[in-house]
Amino acid sequence: MSEIEVLADQSDIGQKGTVVRSHVIKKILRNPMGFIAVVVLVFMVLLAIFANLLAPFDANFANIGKTLASPDATNILGTDSVGRDVWSRLVFGARTTLLSALLCAAVAVGIGLPAGLIAGYYAGKFDGVAAWVVNILMALPGIIVLLTVRAAFGPSVWISMIAFGVLLSPGYFRLTRTAVQSVRNELYVDAARVAGLSDWAIISRHIFSVVRAPIIIQTAIVCGVAISIQSGLEFLGLGDPSVATWGVMLSEGFKNVYLNPSLLLWPALAIGATIGALVLLGNAVRDALEDAEKIKPAKRGSVQASNGRTAPGRAQTTAVEAGTEHHLVKVSNLGVGYPQADGSIKKVVDNVSFHVDRGEVLGIVGESGSGKSQTAFSILGLLPENARIVAGSIQFDGNYTVAPTDDRVSQSRLSAFRGKRISYIPQEPMSNLDPAFTIGYQLVTPMMRVLKISKSEATERALALLDDVGIRFPEKTFDAYPHEVSGGMAQRVLIAGAISCEPDLIIADEPTTALDVTVQADVLDLIRDLQKRLNVGVILVTHNFGVVADLCDRVAVMQDGRMVEEGNVRDILRNPKDPYTQKLLGSMLEGKEPMTMLVSAGVTAAEAAARDDESDEKETLQ
Amino acid sequence: MSALNEKVSASSADLLTVSGLDVEYPMKGFRRKPFRALTDINIHIKPGETLGLVGESGSGKTTLGRAILGLAPISKGTVVFEGNDITSADRKQRRSLGRDLQVVFQDPYTSLNPSLEIGDILSEPLTVQGQSPAAARKRVKELLDQVGLPSDAVSRLPREFSGGQRQRVAIARALALSPKLIVCDEPVSALDLSTQAVVLDLFLQIQRDTGVSYLFVSHDLDVVRHISHRVAVMYNGEIVEQGTSHQITRDPQHPYTQRLLLASPVPDPDRQAKRRNDRHELLAAQQLEAASGIPA
Repeated sequence: MSEIEVLADQSDIGQKGTVVRSHVIKKILRNPMGFIAVVVLVFMVLLAIFANLLAPFDANFANIGKTLASPDATNILGTDSVGRDVWSRLVFGARTTLLSALLCAAVAVGIGLPAGLIAGYYAGKFDGVAAWVVNILMALPGIIVLLTVRAAFGPSVWISMIAFGVLLSPGYFRLTRTAVQSVRNELYVDAARVAGLSDWAIISRHIFSVVRAPIIIQTAIVCGVAISIQSGLEFLGLGDPSVATWGVMLSEGFKNVYLNPSLLLWPALAIGATIGALVLLGNAVRDALEDAEKIKPAKRGSVQASNGRTAPGRAQTTAVEAGTEHHLVKVSNLGVGYPQADGSIKKVVDNVSFHVDRGEVLGIVGESGSGKSQTAFSILGLLPENARIVAGSIQFDGNYTVAPTDDRVSQSRLSAFRGKRISYIPQEPMSNLDPAFTIGYQLVTPMMRVLKISKSEATERALALLDDVGIRFPEKTFDAYPHEVSGGMAQRVLIAGAISCEPDLIIADEPTTALDVTVQADVLDLIRDLQKRLNVGVILVTHNFGVVADLCDRVAVMQDGRMVEEGNVRDILRNPKDPYTQKLLGSMLEGKEPMTMLVSAGVTAAEAAARDDESDEKETLQ
Repeated sequence: MSALNEKVSASSADLLTVSGLDVEYPMKGFRRKPFRALTDINIHIKPGETLGLVGESGSGKTTLGRAILGLAPISKGTVVFEGNDITSADRKQRRSLGRDLQVVFQDPYTSLNPSLEIGDILSEPLTVQGQSPAAARKRVKELLDQVGLPSDAVSRLPREFSGGQRQRVAIARALALSPKLIVCDEPVSALDLSTQAVVLDLFLQIQRDTGVSYLFVSHDLDVVRHISHRVAVMYNGEIVEQGTSHQITRDPQHPYTQRLLLASPVPDPDRQAKRRNDRHELLAAQQLEAASGIPA
């Protein structure tokens, strides 16, 4: 994405709320289903509003001399069994039916929304009581309640719709409460509390915006349900026969279905079309609100054509360059990119070359978005499906895993190595252990599969490994579930897993970033010990120069997908040549005079910050 | 351990005095014992001073900041701000307090409402205090200038900014009412190294320009040492050691502080090797001490 596109994009996003909303409406109308739904609903609403003008007769005006008549000039849709004009009743029926559905939704929203907001925001007693009421309401059989209400208050469509609205309010309550609970503890709500905003201001300003969209969607659906329930009751003959609604018409049409089937057709058509339109509208609103920028994956052909690379598998595994076989890993001029909607490729790694030998630790240092993890993942073959190798090659132990002509990492070639000879230590120890299985199971299973050893042998080995990584009670940890151990312990378990199949290369992606400093020091000690003892090659991805100094023999510094500098760890840390490396090392706090400016000596911090924005903009694009 | 603690004097020169503070979270379930997050916390901050608060995850350092802001349940002790007891300030008192006591949170991605424009976010504390929209607009412009953001940021949404820029918006929001104390809860932990340096500079510059005090919470002793006049070390919900920045980072007394100091690696292989050895010796010595029964 170019800078200009981004700016244009941003100016569009930054519009006022009303503009954004009209944008949503535009999206709904562009959706064909949404468009049909809106047209049908607008038609029905217009019928209801202008009923007095459109209907030639009153809804209950009966011409006894002209019953069950066929359509003619006076009665364009004919008359019913007592000589009332079908068209007039249909038009007035639209008014009653739609209004009563709205009433039902209004009652449901009116009860459910405020109750949900209060219960979600304050929790406590009100939440407890409300939850009980909701459970009882949801347990009540709706139809029986409606029949009881009719028996008690008479056959009024309005009263039955109010009752139905009360029955539907738990849906809104739950929806609102869940949405509010999810944002109640957001930091921006805390910040508003610190600023002294009243609860009402916080709810209306910061919390209501979260529930607005789901409420609109639910209301469309609820209106449809109200119409269908109302019509159903009236069809059973439980409605008020003196008020013209579509349900009453349906009921009467059914009585005369053999004499004049069209009496059944018109109200059924109106009900079906309206409910269908409401459901479609709800879906269209949802799609419009949830619609993320969809980028169609570029056709493989076009990508290949643009860089002249072939699909993996077809390419012959040519012999690697002579004289480089002894390197454990060698990455040459690697480029990784992601195809964009317009057919171009956004490069995230560009022209990166390095090698790692046995028993050597290479650090890859860089800030977020520098491409350091993408580089590591291309060696592991764990890039996302749509990623493309656009240049260069990767060889492992004298064989190509990405040949110079491949455009993707060859999974078949790599799976012979991965887990056996290349292993991985991730950043977040907790999210890399499956909470549903014991730690022992998660260590034993891969060993049985990869090393083809028996379960008892693998168990023995796992216990030895846990002991090896400094876990004091291996048996206890072996039987524990991941949530029962601390973060540092979990990272030790993962390291045990990484060395369990005796790899030649370990790729560690920010292995200590999520850990406390004191735990980090222990884990670094562990990695150093194991590396020396097992003589493995290690690629350590990190942003911390202290960690680099602690572990690495050589270091590569990356910025914006490029490698800006590579060399011996002492040379790079003591005499950085590249201005970016100098800037990074200059940002380190160790050895700095406290209370002095780090980057902005002589200029104000604000100016320095503004200057820093140039690189920040790039960060935003990642 | 109290002998090691700095003498806490309730002198009137202090902007903030916290004494004997306990924080307990009620647990779900009938008659369950509440969870005690903080025990007997005593700290004080003078005008224009930065108190750094360092500790590992779960040590309660964030909770202390939240308790001062009225966001955590205080079960014992007092918080005195400018001579007023604010231990159980209600919303109305908080509103007037909001003028002098502000906050910057750790995560710049969730501390800004994603659906509000930067201008609205920044003017919110101003309008709450009864400033006119025109005056608020003018102040917002000044603030953006102060933190080095372009003035067209007013009509943009948080998602259009990078992490460092968002944190500067959060700092601008805290500065809006020219507060006397800002509680900074790990404000640079989510930022890249070079961005962290820029934001730290900004904090120092603002303190020089406005004389604001900070309670600066961080897990990183290097960061705390760089920005603080005095440092308090937290461990398991208690303050185990406090003193001037120099004292704590040169001559730590508590075993945990000693471990913490030697744990963070330095960016030079040979000096780091030495620090590593020092650390191993310290750990061995501490283990020996613990084994011989002398209380650590």
